[in-house]
Amino acid sequence: MSFKEILSQLNIPAQCRKYGLSLWQCPQFLFLVMGLVITVSTLTAYAIGARYVEDPRMVALIVLLTAAILFIVAVIITNSFERLAEANRMKSEFVSIVSHQLRSPLSNLKWATELLMSGKLGKTEEKQTEYFKILKENSDRMGELIKDLLIVSRIETAKLPIKKVEFSLEDLVKELIKEFRPFAQASNVEIEFQAKRNLPKIFADPSQIRLVIENLSDNAIRYINGKGVVEIKVERKEKNLYLEIRDTGVGIPEEEQKYIFQKFFRSENVLKYQTQGSGLGLYISRAIIEKSGGKIGFKSEENKGSTFWFTLPLK
Amino acid sequence: MKKILFIEDESALQKTFGEILKQEGYEMISALDGETGLRLAKSEKPDLILLDLILPKMHGFDVLKKIKEDKEIKHIPIIVLTNLEDIKDVDRAIGLGATTYLVKAQYSLEEIVEKIKNALRG
Repeated sequence: MSFKEILSQLNIPAQCRKYGLSLWQCPQFLFLVMGLVITVSTLTAYAIGARYVEDPRMVALIVLLTAAILFIVAVIITNSFERLAEANRMKSEFVSIVSHQLRSPLSNLKWATELLMSGKLGKTEEKQTEYFKILKENSDRMGELIKDLLIVSRIETAKLPIKKVEFSLEDLVKELIKEFRPFAQASNVEIEFQAKRNLPKIFADPSQIRLVIENLSDNAIRYINGKGVVEIKVERKEKNLYLEIRDTGVGIPEEEQKYIFQKFFRSENVLKYQTQGSGLGLYISRAIIEKSGGKIGFKSEENKGSTFWFTLPLK
Repeated sequence: MKKILFIEDESALQKTFGEILKQEGYEMISALDGETGLRLAKSEKPDLILLDLILPKMHGFDVLKKIKEDKEIKHIPIIVLTNLEDIKDVDRAIGLGATTYLVKAQYSLEEIVEKIKNALRG
């Protein structure tokens, strides 16, 4: 190990970032804390021993024993944490590699299907076209799932790139509403948008924020059973911009609300209406908003609808 | 007839693109690895090169670099067509002189053909 490598090992915040963990879950940091605990306990043992035990050899023995036991405990704890963190990192990397590998055959499948559907290889019959559509839709779905899995693995290995630029949230929402209109119309859903005048711009990553709004709007439209309305609102709240998406959909049962931002979680009641969906959208959205310095949350009542909101700092 | 060199190790993609490009009135030459790709770029002097990045024998970045170092062929537009989507890879390819960088998963066949036409129009 070179001197530089030893130094980099000592850079604890950087080491913790590598695992994508917070300080209190990070093995290196825990090791430091345990070291501190050992030092303090040893000194305390010494102070108590020197005061209440007469034989100095006895004092030395107590101090040594305390230090030794604490040291062993510390090593065991940090080792198991390190192993857990490493396993977690490997799992995320594995997901990332597998997803990447799946992309090539999927591109082949998608494009070959598109070629068949284009009619350039000869005319297709109506019945055949129907099945080509199924192939195409499902390869698209698989593509979306892989995309989400790659984002999740980037979030977990703390490699999600967030570049901050100044942009108008209002314009982005307008653009997305345009994209969502056909899907909303097909689902019998009306989209309403209101924004306060002269809204300031925000500093965030537009492509990531786009992903969040896409996820929230897609959920809002998708989980409306029958006819309904989705209202989008943007306004300023102190030093933040606040965006809210309210729907008249199926809502989230109260007992399931606490799980809603968990990875792969899908509410029981939506599974009845919609089998599609990976259960990753809200998990990804929360990670992006929090990494951008904002907050995300929701209110929901079953059979009445849900309101999802997030804030983003102005500067 | 305009000539397009497709450097890509997936033979299924070679077949799909060969078909669609033929239909669009282009001639397509295929190379299944980086070394062959570079050799064909030099000998055939195509009007456009479609280049994958993860390739056997020679990495796409090296192929790109070597083409851009060769006076005879460095003017040929190169479209990178890959599944690597890291911004570092995009910057590197553009820095080396690629005309366009396309992530396979993000485009339909039709959109890619459109990009090819645009690149050939210059």
